[in-house]
Amino acid sequence: MIQSQNNTQYAPTDTQADPVKQEFTITVYTENQVGLLNRIAIIFSRRKINIESLNTSPSEAEGIHRFTIVINEYEDVVRKLCRQIEKQVEVLKTYFNTNDEIVWQELALYKVPTDIIAEKVMVERLLHKHGARAVVIRKDYTIFETTGHREETEGLIDALAPYGLIEFVRSARVAIIKASSGFHDKLKEFEAFQPAEELAENEYLGKREGVFSM
Amino acid sequence: MEETLIIEAPQAATANAPLGDGGVWDNKVGTNITGSQAVLEALIVEGVDTVFGYPGGAIMPIYDALYDYHDKLKHILVRHEQGGIHAGQGYARSSGRVGVVFATSGPGATNLVTGLADAMIDSTPLVCITGQVFAHLLGTDAFQEVDVINITTPVTKWNCQVTDASEIPNALAKAFFIARTGRPGPVLVDITKNAQLQKFDYEGYKPCNHIRSYRPKPIVRKSYVEEAAKLINEAKKPFVIFGQGVILGEAEQEFKAFIEKGGLPSAWTILGLSALPTDHPLNVGMLGMHGNYGPNVLTNECDVLIAVGMRFDDRVTGRLDKYAKQAKVIHLDIDPAEIDKNVKTTVPVWGDCKETLPMLTALIDKKEHTEWHNQFKALSAKENEIVIHKELNPTEGEMTMGEVLNVLNELTNGDAIIVTDVGQHQMVACRYAKFNQSKSNITSGGAGTMGFGLPAAIGAKFGAPERTVVAIIGDGGIQMTIQELGTIMQTGVNVKILILNNRFLGMVRQWQQLFHDKRYSFVDIQSPDYVAVAKAYRIKGSSVNDRKDLKSALAEMLNHDGSYLLEVMVAKEDNVFPMVPQGRGVSDIVLTKDQV
Repeated sequence: MIQSQNNTQYAPTDTQADPVKQEFTITVYTENQVGLLNRIAIIFSRRKINIESLNTSPSEAEGIHRFTIVINEYEDVVRKLCRQIEKQVEVLKTYFNTNDEIVWQELALYKVPTDIIAEKVMVERLLHKHGARAVVIRKDYTIFETTGHREETEGLIDALAPYGLIEFVRSARVAIIKASSGFHDKLKEFEAFQPAEELAENEYLGKREGVFSM
Repeated sequence: MEETLIIEAPQAATANAPLGDGGVWDNKVGTNITGSQAVLEALIVEGVDTVFGYPGGAIMPIYDALYDYHDKLKHILVRHEQGGIHAGQGYARSSGRVGVVFATSGPGATNLVTGLADAMIDSTPLVCITGQVFAHLLGTDAFQEVDVINITTPVTKWNCQVTDASEIPNALAKAFFIARTGRPGPVLVDITKNAQLQKFDYEGYKPCNHIRSYRPKPIVRKSYVEEAAKLINEAKKPFVIFGQGVILGEAEQEFKAFIEKGGLPSAWTILGLSALPTDHPLNVGMLGMHGNYGPNVLTNECDVLIAVGMRFDDRVTGRLDKYAKQAKVIHLDIDPAEIDKNVKTTVPVWGDCKETLPMLTALIDKKEHTEWHNQFKALSAKENEIVIHKELNPTEGEMTMGEVLNVLNELTNGDAIIVTDVGQHQMVACRYAKFNQSKSNITSGGAGTMGFGLPAAIGAKFGAPERTVVAIIGDGGIQMTIQELGTIMQTGVNVKILILNNRFLGMVRQWQQLFHDKRYSFVDIQSPDYVAVAKAYRIKGSSVNDRKDLKSALAEMLNHDGSYLLEVMVAKEDNVFPMVPQGRGVSDIVLTKDQV
């Protein structure tokens, strides 16, 4: 399920038995504003929580940005963090999910000496096995790309290490929430609330219970 | 910050004339005006009458424009930007309006940081406008350039930098809207000098009333209100604890109606103080570390704890794992992030308590809870016997802070605004000052900012000029912002300054005595001759050391036509009790130092 903070169904958190730290992916829909990255980042650093991965990108809704943040924490802590994030003026909505609630990928690039690649067929097979593809092939080096989960991109590092891996880089995680129906409708709800226009406000008030989760 | 750059706007002749009539200034629409003029236009339309500030290089264009607006906007020239922002806070807290502060770039802006942090944690609405170096100089380490936006991000509800004059009306409209709505807080708008100077086609100032990404109030969920009412109706020992949310929501009447119908004993946090009159029969006193005995002990005996507009600060809760574990908790708050933050809630009542309290009142049964009240009365009697009586009515030995408050109460009858600094005198003032009306207690609660008292009192008087303002300050705190006596001298603002001088940094000394084997490490602070200092600032003053002179001295201070500084020499090594020692539960509160 989508774990929306301020969710409609309020569940006390201390009913959970033996909390454990686990990976959570936090999805934040925001306005595009200078300084907002800092405002969100300091919510973590103030509590000495390390951000494992952070990605910003456009979202499905025009003009709305989407942060994808991965941290390793207790669910209770994550919920509180999300409430603090959603409290920021330019943040529209924050969700947090465990790994089985999302589909996620990371992209990795590997630079390997071309002569070794060319000589050793094994390497090519290796790349096939890892679902990698060549992005650039030059005389001196070749750059491969692969996408997948952390273990998958990391597995290829181990495999390439003996063949002279020159450089490696991996992107932040991007994730899609399985149960999400996107942000278009939500955004309309946010925009519909125009207290200045009486009609719009009355319409909103009339179906207040059904509108947003907050 | 540079003396040589000061252009002081003439003092406005009229105090707090109702402004906010945008029409007067509409003739500017369609004309070319400067960014600086746009700033002042915005303030006028927002109904701002008073600005606290200090000029300097990067904000000079705004001060230049202010020269022509001095009949519409009163500018109070403070002596330090920290004084300016604390005055803005005092203004906001006494008036319920947004405090406005001007400061220049660099050190001018960094001097605001303490006040921003204070306003942030105490939810005080402020709009701070800082000058910034020319946009083309940003990031070049220019003279008086400081990255104000990033420095202030953790201590502002919102901030933004403006580099083009045409952005000014929108930025300020958002700033005022964000500062005063929802859970209020400080906002900072940093305006580069080129934007202040730049002329642009002015289309008028439209106040903001909606930002799509910002929800000032969570939606009230009826089902939770119903659940909360059910818990209250079933409760045998319900206990209400309330904070500043009641004052900020202007829900004092709604709150009173709620507790009166339910017969609910109610205790306050220091920021909730004055929301309920002191002598209201359901007012059972103060919560927390130096709060009253009954409310602390019975927090761990109530069956339903109803928190209204408060945030379970650690000074209120003591050890969390020993806090109200037996109780079901109902938490009314406008800020969804407060729910479950420190204390797990059984039923959250999200929303503005001005809306949710009447909904609850309608659903709860009329009750008396007489037996439960008697428990509070019994503990109150015990505290009175062991602590309060001798603190308020000593007959021999050195004067106590409590007796000063007791005499002050007699003279003000609870009608004054009491502004305090931070420390022992603050706890004593909050414990014993009498209040009849809301917005009367102004103190630095969450941040505990020494030096807050004097400038905040100046601002409080400008925010509520018809009321008597008494600043109660220790001999430590007064020396942190004593330069603001200059502001009092220049503006003639009528503030009563009551220094409770125990010749120690008393609260730290108390802790050193109780928890550090009486190793008094750097708490022995010397004072100047305060009466002479006041005199130098052309403020009348006196000092009393003898109990028999106390009442007449306080009366003289209050009756004097103008500011007055009264120093009262109090006991050197007195302690504030009761006390919940750090790391203990609220019901482990002790009444005397032998029990620590």
